[in-house]
Amino acid sequence: MLPDDNTLTEKGLEGTTPGKPGRILLLACGALAREILAIKDLNGWDHMDLTCLPAIYHMFPEKIVPEIEKAIGKHRENYADIFVVYADCGTGGLLQAKCEELGVQMLKGPHCYSFYEGNDRFAALAEDEITSFYLTDFLVRQFDAFIVKPMGLDRHPDLINMYFGNYEKLIYQAQVEDPELDAKAEAAAARLGLAYERRFTGYGDLQNELATLKKPQ
Amino acid sequence: MSDEEDIILSELPDDELVLQMHDDLYDGLKEEIEEGVNILLGRGWQPYEVLTNALVGGMTIVGKDFRDGILFVPEVLLAANAMKGGMAILKPLLAETGAPRMGTMVIGTVKGDIHDIGKNLVGMMMEGAGFEVRDIGINNAVDAYMEALDAGDVDILGMSALLTTTMPYMKVVIDAMIEKGVRDDYTILVGGAPLNEEFGKAIGADAYCRDAAVAVDTAKEFMARKHNQVAG
Repeated sequence: MLPDDNTLTEKGLEGTTPGKPGRILLLACGALAREILAIKDLNGWDHMDLTCLPAIYHMFPEKIVPEIEKAIGKHRENYADIFVVYADCGTGGLLQAKCEELGVQMLKGPHCYSFYEGNDRFAALAEDEITSFYLTDFLVRQFDAFIVKPMGLDRHPDLINMYFGNYEKLIYQAQVEDPELDAKAEAAAARLGLAYERRFTGYGDLQNELATLKKPQ
Repeated sequence: MSDEEDIILSELPDDELVLQMHDDLYDGLKEEIEEGVNILLGRGWQPYEVLTNALVGGMTIVGKDFRDGILFVPEVLLAANAMKGGMAILKPLLAETGAPRMGTMVIGTVKGDIHDIGKNLVGMMMEGAGFEVRDIGINNAVDAYMEALDAGDVDILGMSALLTTTMPYMKVVIDAMIEKGVRDDYTILVGGAPLNEEFGKAIGADAYCRDAAVAVDTAKEFMARKHNQVAG
């Protein structure tokens, strides 16, 4: 069963299925758990198991590489293959280097905003959207945990201008159709003093890349 | 560090006032900092003394506690904002009184990147350490850096980026400097959340600075080396 968003943020997700040879482990960011399980169910990919690190590492990228290495060490012998469902995510190329060293594959792209949009399209839009701040479904649901509290906006709303003064627009990249999330994202934009745009991306390159993972023989 | 008792800053002797200003900086109290600066100036302190003892001394404690995980970004920003208030009073006076000058730095965020919190912190701490800082803002292409360097009398170039996608642009700037034959005329310092030492080396920067305090120490070190070379 999928834990709630707060658990995915703080603790991640322990794999529920004991690993067996012939299976792939998806080692992911907790912020992607719900989406990965949805993609997996949609496509009937029963050969994949999922385990997630705490999504809050998004705020502390220096924790990602050592924790990924630790998790790979823990799960490696139980799986035919491990796929790291992280993009670079602020590690400055260090996650890519570690994955190469350990002989595992990872997602392409700089971060989830890019692979949800589609990496090529995101890169093409980058120059026109440098003043845009992005939220995904997960980040809209966890807006307080990822934006408001760590940035101290609840205690010091006057800091909003220091953080967001150079931004103009909040773009909500929607993975699913959900009017409640849409309203929440729009309220977030208003709170940050930004214009609002909702853009449906679906699962973008996350789905495309998972689809390339062959079932181990 | 807050004290519930009302403290009248003007009634404190100099040494206690300076310590109180360190506390007020720590707590991000901009008005109190401005008041403290004015009191010390009124007592005949030189602007440079106020800057180094009261403001930089306080921000050094903030920086140390940030590094040790005791303070977090919001508190550092509030402290920086308080220091900015004090600096606004001192800056014109520092120029008038001929305060010691360590060197000149051009600093800017690279093309495609609009993040400036780290850059602004570095700029302020560099000013506090006696450097002249020419801040060229955000989203700077090669030409903007070149123009700022060409303005003359620059010792250090500082480049900042927050995004994995924009940090490679630092190499574009350095390569352009090499092509123009001016790379070795400057010390190049780089910083920003996704950067690391390996990246700094790989793009040909002189140093990666993980925070504002390290940037100041590194800049001083390079300036000292430069002076030694000239002297030698």
